[in-house]
Amino acid sequence: MPQQNSDAVILNNITKTYNKLPAVTEISLSVKKGELFGLIGPDGAGKSTLFRILTTLLLADSGTATVNGLDVVKDYKEIRRCVGYMPGKFSLYQDLTIEENLNFFATLFGTTVSANYGLIKDIYEQIAPFKTRRAGKLSGGMKQKLALCCALIHRPEVLFLDEPTTGVDAVSRKEFWNMLQRLKEQGITIVVSTPYMDEADLCERIALIQSGSILSIDTPAAIKAAYPDKLYAIKSAKMHQLLKDLRAYGSCYAFGEYLHISGVSGETELLAYVKEKGYTDVVLKEITPGIEDCFIRLLQTGGAS
Amino acid sequence: MNEKAIICKDLTKRFGDFVAVDNISFDVSSGEIFGFLGANGAGKTTAMRMLCGLSYPTSGEAAVAGFNVFTQQESIKKNIGYMSQKFSLYESLTVRENIRFYGGIYGLTNQELKEKGDELIAKLNMGNESKKMVGDLPLGWKQKLAFSVAIIHQPKIVFLDEPTGGVDPVTRRQFWDLIYDAADSGITIFVTTHYMDEAEYCNRISIMVDGRIDALDTPANLKKKYSAETMDEVFYALARGAKRTAD
Amino acid sequence: MKQFMVFVRKEFYHVFRDRRTLLILFGLPVMQILLFGYALTTEIKNAKIIVIDNAKDVNSEQLIAKIRASTYFSIVEGDDMGAAFRKGEIRCAVVFPPGFGNDLLHGNTAQIQIVADASDPNTAKTLTNYLTAIINDYQQSIQPMVTIPYQIQPVLRMLYNPALNGSMNFVPGVIALVLMIICTTLTSVSIVREKENGTMEILLVSPFNPTYVVLAKAVPYLVLSLLDFIIILLLSVFLLDMPVRGSLVLLFMESTLFIISCLSLGLLISSVARSQQIAMLMSMMGMMLPTILFTGFIFPLENMPLPLQLISNLIPSRWFYFIVKAVMLKGLGFGAVWKQTLILAGMTIVLLTISIKTFKTRLS
Repeated sequence: MPQQNSDAVILNNITKTYNKLPAVTEISLSVKKGELFGLIGPDGAGKSTLFRILTTLLLADSGTATVNGLDVVKDYKEIRRCVGYMPGKFSLYQDLTIEENLNFFATLFGTTVSANYGLIKDIYEQIAPFKTRRAGKLSGGMKQKLALCCALIHRPEVLFLDEPTTGVDAVSRKEFWNMLQRLKEQGITIVVSTPYMDEADLCERIALIQSGSILSIDTPAAIKAAYPDKLYAIKSAKMHQLLKDLRAYGSCYAFGEYLHISGVSGETELLAYVKEKGYTDVVLKEITPGIEDCFIRLLQTGGAS
Repeated sequence: MNEKAIICKDLTKRFGDFVAVDNISFDVSSGEIFGFLGANGAGKTTAMRMLCGLSYPTSGEAAVAGFNVFTQQESIKKNIGYMSQKFSLYESLTVRENIRFYGGIYGLTNQELKEKGDELIAKLNMGNESKKMVGDLPLGWKQKLAFSVAIIHQPKIVFLDEPTGGVDPVTRRQFWDLIYDAADSGITIFVTTHYMDEAEYCNRISIMVDGRIDALDTPANLKKKYSAETMDEVFYALARGAKRTAD
Repeated sequence: MKQFMVFVRKEFYHVFRDRRTLLILFGLPVMQILLFGYALTTEIKNAKIIVIDNAKDVNSEQLIAKIRASTYFSIVEGDDMGAAFRKGEIRCAVVFPPGFGNDLLHGNTAQIQIVADASDPNTAKTLTNYLTAIINDYQQSIQPMVTIPYQIQPVLRMLYNPALNGSMNFVPGVIALVLMIICTTLTSVSIVREKENGTMEILLVSPFNPTYVVLAKAVPYLVLSLLDFIIILLLSVFLLDMPVRGSLVLLFMESTLFIISCLSLGLLISSVARSQQIAMLMSMMGMMLPTILFTGFIFPLENMPLPLQLISNLIPSRWFYFIVKAVMLKGLGFGAVWKQTLILAGMTIVLLTISIKTFKTRLS
């Protein structure tokens, strides 16, 4: 019996090792029902391993996990009925058309396209003009939409999306996140992973993950608020030289057109230092940190090697 | 002396009726870091292949490192380096062996291979890993190593195709340090990326939409022109109008 | 059930949209039949031969004319036998001594020297046999009156294949080989392809029973293999004049059984192989070679050392080959092949059980 619990996903001390190389180490987290939860971390952080454990494709070495209150080992058959999964790699039949793929997966899950059309209508209508085209001949953005339709066709309660936006251009990424927001409004729990730090802000809660360990779990706002330092953005005409000089002074990283520097005693001292180094054109301002600033800071202060 | 590393004039590539690259013209100066952006399917890869001497343009002219893309493809290949997210090193060879192999392809002598190899390993701080299989290294290390190997023969230009995809934020920045160092040593950098903050690190960037170059300028000027706060907004404003749907 | 049918339909889409699969499926049997039927035959035709006639009399010339008339030999001009052998220009040489005709007619102890290149012993033996037969034949034709007392005249009768048609032997072999390759290779590759493309992950995450995945994969190839079987049968009957003496129904049933055993092997390979190349290699090297070696249609099993003969017992195609030969060529009924059928059925059950058991419901 599914336990009455408001958590859709629970991971409890999950560890998984491949050929003696640890993929994930003692990971614990929970995702509330109806939440849009993000796993944020670079390739090789262990995100896909977590997804595979949750979708019952892999057995963890130790620890327990439940989806919708169902145990991933014992109740794997029930879980397979109520989750939708989009693996990291495009995993549909390239030699079948859009329509054939969708019909196939609908039948596989014991349903029909028309039964749940309402759920995928918004997304499917964007690719419907090409429904007789083979999936292998679609653009990255369209493949993504088709894969999402196929993952949703049986109206899953929990949706697992493994790096849905990797390798997709900025425009398609924005569209994709808009679709996720709409799905969330339909009450579907969504767990999504991404290596793009800027997408973290689009999730309700996130786990920052690196080398198989969690650096931090919270809402994006709370993680940013927990940044321990003042953070400054600074720029000058000679950016690369400035970066080298400032590294000697504090913790400094390039961020787009600015450098972000923290670990300095104050704005005036910083200005004095760059003047002394001979920069006359610097622009300096205090900024609120973004998720990427937090991630870098967490990497430095430990949590992961 | 502002020598041109790449000169490209009305370059076009057609596949049947499909115009993959549509009359693009641009110059890249020696030692410049040139960002080559565009949505998926905009024609970046096709354009890059022509410039690397891997495919013939349908029409137009282009010179890379002073060599004609129609007649001197072999000379082009000797003078450029190439690295992509997909094409990386041999996973079942060690770090050293990969260096020897790629250096050997470019005709480095044994003496040079040894020196360059030592230098490279010291620079990447990989002394302890030099005998490890590349397949066992973390992604970020592989990418840094792949880049260093791609420029081991001191090419005039290096083409980087999404070199930092999926790499963690700190390693990504270390990667860009390598790019800056290479640029300082006189190598021209031609790079594509999906990270818009990385676009800011380039001296100039071009944005391709539907096979054409719709914008080409410094990041600062582009932001001014499109009255945008970030490159992300510039890119979005341009690429949103794209008609193409297929790759 | 509907899920199952949709799955099967999807498999057919894959097959008909992939030219390489279609080529293997329909090109391979046709090619094999034509190849074995016309090109690769164990019969010897037009073997090059030198005749050195030191007698130059009526008898030697009559005999040479007989040799020349036979389709087995073609006489090459020349007289340096040693050189011709060394250069590999001839397979065989016939030397008539001086006074051959005289000896034959008066001495009754005429001699002919036959020299053969025995670096290929089988051919050498066959050629000398042919020559001896021609010579004996000639001898009888010139001395019909001479009756040798107590001479034993063996009368040969070639059973089932009186014309000693070589294709009789290998058509059942080709049937076994083609079915083996198609069922094993195509099924294993098609499953491994799903693993490589990542679609297997989605299939496993769906509520569709993993056993059905295996079965749904097998059904289309079962159908296609039977179709192939029919093609081979038609080709061999109409193109190679092969008889089908026994019951067609029985032949069909036995083939279905064999196909299922091959499919199970394919499934087994697919659960071990990680990539399409490995699956291909395993089914080609691991299955095709033993099939060719141990089925008996190219190399007679009786001549093999005992350990190899024992190994051959483990090869399903060996039993199937026996059954096809018995039913097709000898026109025997089930009563004659029940033992082999039982062995094949046992193998099939074991293979199928193992392959379904090893099919993973999770990623390894």
